[in-house]
Amino acid sequence: MTAATGERPGSEGQVGAPQDRDRQRRKRRARASRGDSWLAWRLIAPTIVLLVAVIGYPVVYAIVKSMQLDKADAGLNPTTGFFEQGGKFVGLKYYRYWFNCNCPNGTNGHEFWPSVQTTIIFTVITVIFEVVLGTMMAMVMHRAFKGRSIVRAAILVPWAIPTAVTARLWEYMFQPHGVVNALLGTNIIWTGSVWPARWTVMIGDIWKTTPFIALLVLAGLQVIPEDLYESARVDGANAWQRFISITLPLVKPALLVAVLFRVLDVLRIFDLPYILTHGANNTTTLSILAVNELRSSQNAAAALSTITFVFIFLVAFILVKVFSVNVVQTQARTVKA
Amino acid sequence: MQYRKLLIIAVAAATTTALAAGCSSSKKSGGGSNDRGPITFVTGKDTSGVWPAVADQWNKAHPNEKVTVKQQSDQADQQHDDIVQHMQAKDPGYDVVTVDVIWTAEFAAKGWLVPLKGDLSLDTSPMLQGPVKAATYNGTLYAAPYASDGGLLYYRKDLVPTPPTTWSELISDCAKKTSSMNCYGGQFSQYEGLTCNAVEAIYGAGGSVVKSDGKTPDIDTPQAAQGLDFLVNGFKQGYIAKEAITYQEEPSREAFQSGKLMFLRNWPYVYAHLTGDANSQVKDKFGVAPLPGMSGAGTSTLGGHSAAISTYSKHKGTAYDFLKFIETPDIQDNVFLKIGTLAPVIKAPYSDASAIAKFPYLPTLEKSIDTAIPRPVSPFYPAITQSIQTNVYQALQGSLSTQQALKNIQEGITKAAGS
Repeated sequence: MTAATGERPGSEGQVGAPQDRDRQRRKRRARASRGDSWLAWRLIAPTIVLLVAVIGYPVVYAIVKSMQLDKADAGLNPTTGFFEQGGKFVGLKYYRYWFNCNCPNGTNGHEFWPSVQTTIIFTVITVIFEVVLGTMMAMVMHRAFKGRSIVRAAILVPWAIPTAVTARLWEYMFQPHGVVNALLGTNIIWTGSVWPARWTVMIGDIWKTTPFIALLVLAGLQVIPEDLYESARVDGANAWQRFISITLPLVKPALLVAVLFRVLDVLRIFDLPYILTHGANNTTTLSILAVNELRSSQNAAAALSTITFVFIFLVAFILVKVFSVNVVQTQARTVKA
Repeated sequence: MQYRKLLIIAVAAATTTALAAGCSSSKKSGGGSNDRGPITFVTGKDTSGVWPAVADQWNKAHPNEKVTVKQQSDQADQQHDDIVQHMQAKDPGYDVVTVDVIWTAEFAAKGWLVPLKGDLSLDTSPMLQGPVKAATYNGTLYAAPYASDGGLLYYRKDLVPTPPTTWSELISDCAKKTSSMNCYGGQFSQYEGLTCNAVEAIYGAGGSVVKSDGKTPDIDTPQAAQGLDFLVNGFKQGYIAKEAITYQEEPSREAFQSGKLMFLRNWPYVYAHLTGDANSQVKDKFGVAPLPGMSGAGTSTLGGHSAAISTYSKHKGTAYDFLKFIETPDIQDNVFLKIGTLAPVIKAPYSDASAIAKFPYLPTLEKSIDTAIPRPVSPFYPAITQSIQTNVYQALQGSLSTQQALKNIQEGITKAAGS
């Protein structure tokens, strides 16, 4: 900030020759930046300490735990009936258990690959729907018309409702004699078989988080200069062409950030399916499985959390690389170019 | 200098927080069996409204050793996880915890519960034996049962004057239902209630889940298959409503209460709703009977709760007195039964004429609890019940044969205890 002030033309009035001015400016900038970086470090130090405490420590702790034998897997002492001591180093035992468990149906180990599949299905389908619907909502909210603020508020309501409440709402509507069946004239037991149960969860998630995408896209729309559209109109481009060649490319950075956030969010989805279906009918996601496993073996659950963490991290990394998502600067650069 | 000061303060604050979070695991375990002082009693959400009365009476008599009641969530899973977290953190603030019958073995095996023997032994002779057995692990009593629970058959006495005692009678009684109702309902959603319903069906046909040692699986048997088939065929042939696959206790109660079910398997708590709720369509039209079985009376699974002293409690002497206090006939009869309509664990209230006048189902319930078989008392219960729930649920949906489901459970139980 200090450097920026130094460059203001007004503050240079009293300096004489151009070389002098240059030298002095350099000196000032160097001093300022040295001071800046010190100040910056000192200012962010508390944040870093806090992040290490609340993020670094649990992550490392989970990884350490995941390589130790859980007490609950150490066997029972035949006389006392107590569990033997855990804590022995077991390397990748728990990771092998998840990836390669020859477990009977109904055990957590058996659920691992199905839950990976479920998680991916949820992610792909909900994000596609949310992007399409969210973009449409953003276009509507962007238009200037009477009652726009009411529409904006209405669209944002689902996003403001806590997920647990959302889940209960949809659970109620999807009951066998609920409003959904009444409206559709169907008799589907929504939470009673695989795909209806999955759709129940996905519809709830789409309903809740589309406004989030809409909000980010709306922010993207608002920085597109109006003259671009005007000149396109002058050139005879129709609405669809304007959408494809102006709106979409310019809103892309914002959209990609939104998609990235959503993907990371859905990959660790827990509350909505847990309340709606309790993980029955192949709606067990990786996070639900980890919580279920927590009740049997904490360290196996730690291994599963670590697997989930690495998986999400990789997906994020690939998304950022492939689409060169610019998380920090969003659209500012693109518009200038 | 300002910055430096600020930095030091911030770092100090952050480290203290981290330390506070970390050091809770290094606390020493609690006091001896005679230490007294105020205690905290931890229990699930008090839906029956009994604990204020209990705490009042106790606190009046023990002004220096007051009890504070801490209520948890109303979901059993969350209550379980809450206790686990506090025990792992060796929290001395959880003096007495409520233990669901199915958690006793797990908590005891992890060394979190004080064995009730020696100085702390409890006289179990006035109690029903089922709940005592469910609170016993490896030959030692670890918790004081305070409320029991047994499955009952609610039936529409206006349509079926004499309740069925066997499944085949029940199925043929289905012909008497009106066209707007379904015949039989229970709890068949994939959760703990399904385990209860499934093992009751299995017990009802003479099958079992584990051998008498409590560990060796014994569920892959023809008897168990016959029992489970009562439920599987119910969905296939329609004497169980299709939508019952989503039922937990409350939706199934609501279905019966609004006249949409002729038979309902549920717990005693339902009675107060059916008679008392303003919207009840069945107020004077229902009766309560023991569960039917394959070729005679059925067998209930045992529900209910016990109170146990935490290993980490600093006031175990007071905690022990509190356990004895909630076993007294006064609390059992006048508070648990008459205020909360909970099923007492001591025998006396079941033959108390004034209680029977108010709760005519008591003799039936006593029989249900007396013959009830606990679910496996095993430290690996979470894995066992998950195996039962998943496989039975798929069998009810028809995506798994009864035989295969039982075979999977058999393997699942072996795997749970073996690995």
